[in-house]
Amino acid sequence: MHDDLAQRVAAATPPALARRLRGVSDRTIAWLFVTPTILLLLAVNIFPLNWTIRLSLTNFRTNRPNNPVEFVGIENYRKILTNPDTWASLQATAHFLIWTIVLQVLIGFALAYLINKKFRGNDLWTTLIVLPMMLSPAVVGNFWTFLYQPQIGLFNYFVAFLTGADPASFSMIGEVSLAPWAIIIVDTWMWTPFVMLICLAGLRSIPPSIYEAAECDRASKWRQFWTITLPMALPFLMLAVLFRGIENFKMFDLVVQLTGGGPGATTQLTSIDLKREAFEKWRTGFASAYAVILFVTVFGLASIYVKALNKVKDR
Amino acid sequence: MSYSITEPSSRQKWIAGILVVGYALLTLLPLVWIIATGFKTPADAIAYPPKVVFTPSLEGYVNLFTSRSRVTPEDLAALGPPTTWYDAIVRQYDMVITGPSRYGERFMNSVIIGFGSTFLSVFLGTIAAYAFSRFKVPLKDDLLFFILSTRMMPPIAVAIPIFLMYRELGLSDTHLGMILLYTAVNLSLSVWLLKGFIDEIPIEYEEAALIDGYTRFQAFYKVVLPQAATGIASTAIFCLIFAWNEYAFAVLLTSGTAQTAPPFIPTIIGAGGKDWPAVAAGATLFLLPIMVFTILLRKHLLRGITFGAVRK
Repeated sequence: MHDDLAQRVAAATPPALARRLRGVSDRTIAWLFVTPTILLLLAVNIFPLNWTIRLSLTNFRTNRPNNPVEFVGIENYRKILTNPDTWASLQATAHFLIWTIVLQVLIGFALAYLINKKFRGNDLWTTLIVLPMMLSPAVVGNFWTFLYQPQIGLFNYFVAFLTGADPASFSMIGEVSLAPWAIIIVDTWMWTPFVMLICLAGLRSIPPSIYEAAECDRASKWRQFWTITLPMALPFLMLAVLFRGIENFKMFDLVVQLTGGGPGATTQLTSIDLKREAFEKWRTGFASAYAVILFVTVFGLASIYVKALNKVKDR
Repeated sequence: MSYSITEPSSRQKWIAGILVVGYALLTLLPLVWIIATGFKTPADAIAYPPKVVFTPSLEGYVNLFTSRSRVTPEDLAALGPPTTWYDAIVRQYDMVITGPSRYGERFMNSVIIGFGSTFLSVFLGTIAAYAFSRFKVPLKDDLLFFILSTRMMPPIAVAIPIFLMYRELGLSDTHLGMILLYTAVNLSLSVWLLKGFIDEIPIEYEEAALIDGYTRFQAFYKVVLPQAATGIASTAIFCLIFAWNEYAFAVLLTSGTAQTAPPFIPTIIGAGGKDWPAVAAGATLFLLPIMVFTILLRKHLLRGITFGAVRK
């Protein structure tokens, strides 16, 4: 009897109200479902970030916990921004960032363009090309040092085979002039597939009817590429650049295994420099200020870039 | 058969195919080389010119899994003939096996931490994504952006306070600490990917279920979860791959008990310098599951990569 009444009431009431009548309210469920995620992220991201900012204003050193901790204001920030080493590692990072993005966009887009010709077996070959980006950068980077060995390394042998140079005459990771390129080559090898996949999604999103219309108007293939393909794939390309940019600004594992920042400081990217300060010299306060500066930089650059990206999308 | 004027000609397809296959073969060469080096003897591994044809040997794998020590020829003779095939390999170098190496433990740590954090981040990610997709959550856009922005921080920058925090809480070098950390890192990806998948499920299904007398919870796990299964599975694979491959946190926050394989493999050394066949053997065992995974699940995986990226 009661059940019958309840059902009739439920059927007569609008769904939103009916839902509230049964057990836990949606509001409670929403909170129940979202809170654990937010709490964990607060604990592992915001709380540490807050701590980092506070540490960055002190002279705290983790390896000397009994030393008095003094408030030094923005002294750490001043030191970092006037330190030529910081600028050297920012420069190394910029060099790495620019060249990896240029190479990966060019090769990745070209590959996507070719794969989009839909030759037989293209999806299997796409998967095989994607393999390097799925693997552990540290483990693979470590093995690349073997490929880069003078004389016995496969890479040197390959270059020697193509150019006729002596494979023992150069060391990709041992020479100041070559090491920055050694890390660019491995990063490009590893991450071009990522750019390729995003470009492929972009190319596949272009409706074929546009090309058909262009064909009817007798637009040349060349013109179709510049007026249809490229502009329509541009938002995707820019997205790929954003992701690679953020990732490579944070780059640590691959390069630390490949060169460890050397020779000298030629491949000492900001993350590696930061790791030295924080976990080898144990200048925790100083390193915290460094971390804040890096985070603000990547966040600022990404925000400006996203604005530009949205403009392109809206066009 | 309908004829499309935009379909590439068969000559174009051939040229495209040859170029792509050429690139693929070149790009796979380092991976093939890792696998091949694992089956070489140390002498073959560093031969010049690099050996393409060689007699396969399990020396790399034996060295990977054992720790050995050198003995004098007299002591070796006194031991009598080797009892096992791996003993025999080791004794060629005047060595005896003294016990297992740490590789097995490190590999198991990777499995425990990888699967543990994947389970947690997919579980938390699914329910959070459901709430974000279906309910009015206050400050929804801000929260979603906050979740995404956690991904922008360089791991080393986050590692400084986490290192101090974990030391205070006794979480340094523990499985639990690493699982929680990787879960937090993966959550941004998992919430965003899963929200995309759940958004695609028509809300009418649940409304119908609710009218039929299901509670919200029942509607969630009887209607929404089965519909989102593919999305959940591909999200899980991404989370697993990240946790499996992660190095920066692992190298800074673990040293013994909870150390995973990526920081361990590069430290494998042999008697005279780096034991490349053993390193390659360790790398092969560690990388191969992901390679097989990728090839078998390519349909979902490839879609997932761009899907996640394009949505953001």
